[in-house]
Amino acid sequence: MAITERPPMALPSGEGERDFQPLGVFRRPTAHTGWRSWITTIDHKKIGIMYGVAALVFFLVGGFEALLIRTQLARPDGTLLSADAYNQVFTMHGITMIFLVVMPMANAFANYLLPLQIGARDVAFPRLNAFGLWCFLAGGIFLNTSWLFGGGADGGWFAYAPNTGVAFSPGHGMDFYALGLLITGIASTTGAINLTVTIINMRAPGMTLMRMPVFTWMTFVVQLLLVFALPVITVALFLLMFQRLFDANFFDVSAGADPLLWEHLFWIFGHPEVYILILPAFGIVSEVIPVFSRKPIFGYPFMVFSGIAIGFMGWGVWAHHMFASGIGPLSVTAFSLSTMFIAVPTGVKILNWMATMYGGRLRFTTAMLFAIALVGMFTIGGLSGVTHAVAPSDTQQTDTYYIVAHFHYVLFGGAIMGLFAGMYFWWPKVFGHQLSEGLGKWHFWLNLIGFNLTFGPMHILGLQGMSRRIYTYEEGYGFDFWNLVATIGAFTIAVSMLVFIANIAISKRRAADAAPVGPDPWDARSLEWMVSSPPPEHNFDELPVVTRLDEYWHRKYAEGDDHKVRRVASAEDVMDPGERTDVHLPSPSYWPFVVALGLPLVGYGLIFSLWWAVLGGLAVAGGIYGWAFEPADDDENPPHDHHDDDHGDDDSGAAAELPTDTADGDDEAEPIEGEQAAEEAPVG
Amino acid sequence: MADATTETGAGEDQPGMGVAHAVGEAVHAEVGGEHHTSTGLSNEKLGMWVFLGSDCLLFGGLISTYLLYRHRSIGGPGPTDVFDIPFTSVSSFVLLMSSLTMVLALSALLRGDIRRNRIWLLTTALLGATFIAGQVFEFTAFKREGLGYTTNLFSSSFYTLTGFHGVHVTLGILMLLSLFVMSLRGNLPRERAETVEIIGLYWHFVDIVWIIIFTVVYLIP
Repeated sequence: MAITERPPMALPSGEGERDFQPLGVFRRPTAHTGWRSWITTIDHKKIGIMYGVAALVFFLVGGFEALLIRTQLARPDGTLLSADAYNQVFTMHGITMIFLVVMPMANAFANYLLPLQIGARDVAFPRLNAFGLWCFLAGGIFLNTSWLFGGGADGGWFAYAPNTGVAFSPGHGMDFYALGLLITGIASTTGAINLTVTIINMRAPGMTLMRMPVFTWMTFVVQLLLVFALPVITVALFLLMFQRLFDANFFDVSAGADPLLWEHLFWIFGHPEVYILILPAFGIVSEVIPVFSRKPIFGYPFMVFSGIAIGFMGWGVWAHHMFASGIGPLSVTAFSLSTMFIAVPTGVKILNWMATMYGGRLRFTTAMLFAIALVGMFTIGGLSGVTHAVAPSDTQQTDTYYIVAHFHYVLFGGAIMGLFAGMYFWWPKVFGHQLSEGLGKWHFWLNLIGFNLTFGPMHILGLQGMSRRIYTYEEGYGFDFWNLVATIGAFTIAVSMLVFIANIAISKRRAADAAPVGPDPWDARSLEWMVSSPPPEHNFDELPVVTRLDEYWHRKYAEGDDHKVRRVASAEDVMDPGERTDVHLPSPSYWPFVVALGLPLVGYGLIFSLWWAVLGGLAVAGGIYGWAFEPADDDENPPHDHHDDDHGDDDSGAAAELPTDTADGDDEAEPIEGEQAAEEAPVG
Repeated sequence: MADATTETGAGEDQPGMGVAHAVGEAVHAEVGGEHHTSTGLSNEKLGMWVFLGSDCLLFGGLISTYLLYRHRSIGGPGPTDVFDIPFTSVSSFVLLMSSLTMVLALSALLRGDIRRNRIWLLTTALLGATFIAGQVFEFTAFKREGLGYTTNLFSSSFYTLTGFHGVHVTLGILMLLSLFVMSLRGNLPRERAETVEIIGLYWHFVDIVWIIIFTVVYLIP
């Protein structure tokens, strides 16, 4: 866990590190194309794209598991899955969608956009960023290989004790659960520390906290939640692992243990986790809605502070997951009240989005439609959530399909819709071409209809008394019709995903003939639209000087004497040309990949044979050493953007970089550039 | 000495970290490489603070588990049966003294006294290793008295909590020894004092956690 980015080890005297080859294993990677460039990259944009691709692949895996569930339940007495297989499929569906889809997809947006939005050249610790990606991927693949070693986890995604003990779950599934989530947890922790430091420390001149875009703010809140929530689940997972592998007795009731310990530890993490899942989507729609309403976000400070309020209050509501666990009337009352209160800041956000749209010149692009869908669907999910806050009502709803309906309305109707909005919105920025709007609208409507057909009926099923997690049901309970409807809905969602994939392929082919989209296809407001699409590797030629919220929009528009807002500059006029070749960027590295590769080996070793763990441990330890003693900048083989001709001579130039790992290289030149940029910035 | 206050005050609130920052800035200015960040705090130091904040919750979870379970065991020895308070007090004192030597190591380096810096780094690592040796001795003594890892709830939660702390100290020792080797190879000049400071932050954190563990686990019945 104690993986920290240490300063590079070249001498600040400017002499560089003579003859010091870290462990002498790897030559410094220099490739800029091909697989090697992706394995060794530390460019936050490439890493963001890989997060997105990985999350989409896992989305298909998790979606396939969902279709298995719905096929099994389509008719009474389903026979597709055995009870045991069904337990594994719904558990892996939950884990995959939460830890391997929504979290990394949010991370994809954060990684790609955050440095651009705050006007930075990269994140604070670029190699740690790469490590986060590979570690997440290693953990995700590790979790899914459990299918090959006797079956997936089968204790439900929240894995209540004592069901997860060896006695009740004798296969290796729960071992994979504990170790796999520990590995992805390491990835998320390092990523969260990295992005927290980036937001606090790497903002462009003038980018005060209250000038940051709402997406950046929500990402900030999420990273802080991750920093403080993940260690709690880490403890719980370690206890579970020690119990299963080394016969500790933390959840062994016969030894006097209290199974509620797991529930508390899990939900102290688990409830902040639901805000970790939804807040990035809130941030995305807070960017999308103003652009397509042609209005600034309504009540920016309220958006920010309601996000912060959600982040704080999210720590005080965890036991509402446990109203049926016997936690006592006082706790139930307290958590019931706090849960009702947390609906207030969420409601503020919903009202602000609607007020942003009110009176705006709306453009119903696919991105906007998905954003509006989030507002609508999340409101439904939020309202059913408030009904859980009422404890007597919750005891009726606990573990029924009503709960399943609720959290799919907030997670699919909220988070996934928001992430799709983000994909359609930022696709041209990332790939240089738009996704087809025609196919996009097919995707949207099929998705929306399929979603409501799938999860809407689950409210009814739940209130009729259908328990969640039952693998089949008999005829005559009144469950038949709505289950069939839900299954039809699930396959409609699957079709919409096929349309989305087709859209990606077709749009890419069409883009070859079409004109490039330019830096700013949507007439947007935040800094990432000021650079070319896709952005150059160093992001900004000159770090922008920020004078207000929506800086980029204000560079394009100004208020005339008649108090009418007019366009004063085209996107190309104010675009950052991205042509500089002398920006000093940190060099790529193999080490993050090596360290991440060692972790699943340790996992397999703990489950099967300790020799693998030794091998993995050596890879991790050696990797960390190689990493720590590898200079962040490789002066002999600089990245292609780097010629250092700004500096008097190469060595003293390198010296300037030494105290940090950051991409923000040419410090000496910066202040002067800043002043120039300030003069260039349009006034008014 | 001024640098001792630097250590404890550095960081969380900006006004409080004046001395450390001033020193660091002077050093950086000297080599012409002052690095701009929005807060003036280096990324590495801020990253360490955030990591330590996160680690607080890790120990919080482990300590809570211990507190919940220490008197719930069915059978087997309990806390009062095995603890040897005088022995653990001595090893705790050794660990606390290592914080002092850590401060001395940083202070020596800030003065440019490479030799003393090496001596104090090595002393810190040795004191940490002494503490770990004490912990190993303690664990084997408990084991002889019949308190294995799986004996009862108390033993599982006790060994897990103190074991996690021991791993933290061990990682700290490895980092200190790495610094020592770096220094021997001439790679730890005065300009790199911040590296020592950051690893010092980690080291002091681990010590503070031990104060809490010693109080909660050993002293409070």
